[in-house]
Amino acid sequence: MRFAFTDDQRAFAGGVRAVLDDLCPPPAVRSAWNEEPAPAEALWRQLAGIGLLGALVPESDGGLGLDELDILLCLEESGRAAAALPLVETVVVAARLLAGTEQASRLAALAAGELRVSAILDGSFLVPWAGFCDWVLVDSGNAVYLLPAQECVIERVPTVDRARPLGRLSAVGQLSAVPGAWPTGQEYLVSDDPRRIGRARQAGTLATAAQLIGLAERMLWMTVGYVKAREQFGVPIGSFQAVKHALADALLAVELARPLVYAAAWAHVHDTDDADRDVAAAKIRAGEAAGLVARTALQCHGGMGYTQEYDLHLWLKRTWALQASWGQPGELRAQVARSLGLSIAVPAG
Amino acid sequence: MDLTYSAQDDAFRQEARAWLRANVPAAPLPSGDTRRGFAEHVLWERLLFQAGWSVVSWPKEYGGREADLWQWLIFEEEYYRAGAPQRVTQNGIFLLAPTLFRFGTQEQRDRILPRMAAAEDLWCQAWSEPGAGSDLAGLTSRATRDDAAGGWLLNGQKTWSTRGAFCTHTFGLFRSAVPTDPERSRHRGLTYFLVPLDAPGTTVRGFSRLDGDEGFADLYFRDVFVPDSDVLGEVHDGWRVAMATTGSERGLTLRSPGRFRATFERLRELARSRPGGLDERLADRLVSCWLDVEAYARYTEQTVTRIVEGTEGGAQSSLNKLHWSDLDVRLHELALELLGPQAQLDGPWTRGHQFSLAGPIYAGTNEIQRDIAAERLLGLPRSR
Repeated sequence: MRFAFTDDQRAFAGGVRAVLDDLCPPPAVRSAWNEEPAPAEALWRQLAGIGLLGALVPESDGGLGLDELDILLCLEESGRAAAALPLVETVVVAARLLAGTEQASRLAALAAGELRVSAILDGSFLVPWAGFCDWVLVDSGNAVYLLPAQECVIERVPTVDRARPLGRLSAVGQLSAVPGAWPTGQEYLVSDDPRRIGRARQAGTLATAAQLIGLAERMLWMTVGYVKAREQFGVPIGSFQAVKHALADALLAVELARPLVYAAAWAHVHDTDDADRDVAAAKIRAGEAAGLVARTALQCHGGMGYTQEYDLHLWLKRTWALQASWGQPGELRAQVARSLGLSIAVPAG
Repeated sequence: MDLTYSAQDDAFRQEARAWLRANVPAAPLPSGDTRRGFAEHVLWERLLFQAGWSVVSWPKEYGGREADLWQWLIFEEEYYRAGAPQRVTQNGIFLLAPTLFRFGTQEQRDRILPRMAAAEDLWCQAWSEPGAGSDLAGLTSRATRDDAAGGWLLNGQKTWSTRGAFCTHTFGLFRSAVPTDPERSRHRGLTYFLVPLDAPGTTVRGFSRLDGDEGFADLYFRDVFVPDSDVLGEVHDGWRVAMATTGSERGLTLRSPGRFRATFERLRELARSRPGGLDERLADRLVSCWLDVEAYARYTEQTVTRIVEGTEGGAQSSLNKLHWSDLDVRLHELALELLGPQAQLDGPWTRGHQFSLAGPIYAGTNEIQRDIAAERLLGLPRSR
């Protein structure tokens, strides 16, 4: 037994953090809000340069040949920075889905940062990072296709987190976006293997959980800094027990969710019998912890936080977006209930 | 990261499981917090000792197996999974013993530990006083120097001493020097004493807990003489010595995840046997409980790794205590709801419920734990 990351895994995350500190400070996240693409482009290139984009791509295809456990802390860092990039979709989901398929020849471009892939595998039609991505992985219900964004009708829709823009996929070529009516040609097909698709979806859920932990931690420490500096009644508000206890509860939620995420990464990588359940548990608790921290952070900031002029809202809104992405709490909880053998009685009559 | 146990650990688990299966009483013993039940539990403890299972993590010379923390977790998991009796010796073996290993003299260890492991001497705590609960450093029981006799005279009252009415010995803090500046130095001038409860001048009065069992005791000391050989650690340094003990009470040693895994399994059985089955709300609450239990198990694995690798900070134990104590209440509250009208009956779940409600109070109330977490882990300003 050893419940800890390796020095290499920590060092990789440290390298990613240094890049994010440099290229993804809050003004860079704000640029994404304002649809100024330059900072995100620069960050994307740099993350390709240090190998993160191709981390899960096999070495034979120009990647690092690592696994989700190796980059889990990197994903946490990307959440902490609220990086406005399709890291879950491209680095994790696309890299996993494409490897070993007819589409594997595209992996070298993915690792180099030249293939920007969005993905929707949850049956919704909301394409994240619309605009930045030129490819979309779409689940037709029995197969996943990699479609060129320019051949799809993707209509931009207003979002709460404007740094993570969404487009509504309404048509593919001449066809409406009805499952089963998509192009079934080998040209676009990635996989119709439910196990492979399930594993990729699991990886996306896990990666999102890791980002939520990073977001939660950032909001927590942002708030700690604020309540130590903000004075009312002549003292820092962080000396009031009501504030301390709220933040202690927020810390508790993060610290108890974190090991579930790390354990789920291990279960996912080793493809254990319980991996689906464990990844669901990780996303549920990471989402709940980040949600609690978000509320506590906003409350402790008082009126200062209730404005777009202050940076906190960038993290709040990413939290809310990710809570609703890559696994809904209700579905995940039902999944855990099934795995525990808890069947719901159907009311008579 | 490696979340599998070694073959050696698996073998240890099998050995523990086989012994427990063969030896755990088929019918539950009466409550160990009653006089009769306590006596039966002591016999069980002696059986455990004879088979080498009473203090698995201790050195062999004192009756242990030198199990590491991982094996200790395995043993706890198997112990509670088997439905084995409550550990009425726990205050000695989990609270005092770690302090003796760290601060005791060789003579003290050799004299005290083997009899503790064998459940010959039974230890209770003497920390809280009527006027000093969460504010433990405000205690007023006194230790007065008796140079001629080579020891100390203890005076005062201790209370909420768990199973004190049935124990033979106690350990706790007494004020040995008046602080010069009561606001700043009250943690100094306390000394940690080990006292046999049959020492002249000692009176013990048992009283009922919330559930009616005589699980608590007041301990009265009137000029009780304690020789220097029964001072644990340095004179006037008792606060530091005691904090090592409360650290282990709040932390890992008293509440292994195995307890909550076992409680959850019983809860799941209760849910499955519920007439009319489960509705979505109850099923979802069970899911929440499972998530809490699983999170605690994983958190503990992370903590044990940190302890083994020497990177664990002490204040983390406050988070530990906050989590398991609230979790235990939630598990039992759900059990009451699953029981329906039966929740009015005195039985294992309703007893367990009342006991769970003590968790957020003892070992430093959860309000104190939140203060500690906020101040030491988040670095927020002290307010007391």
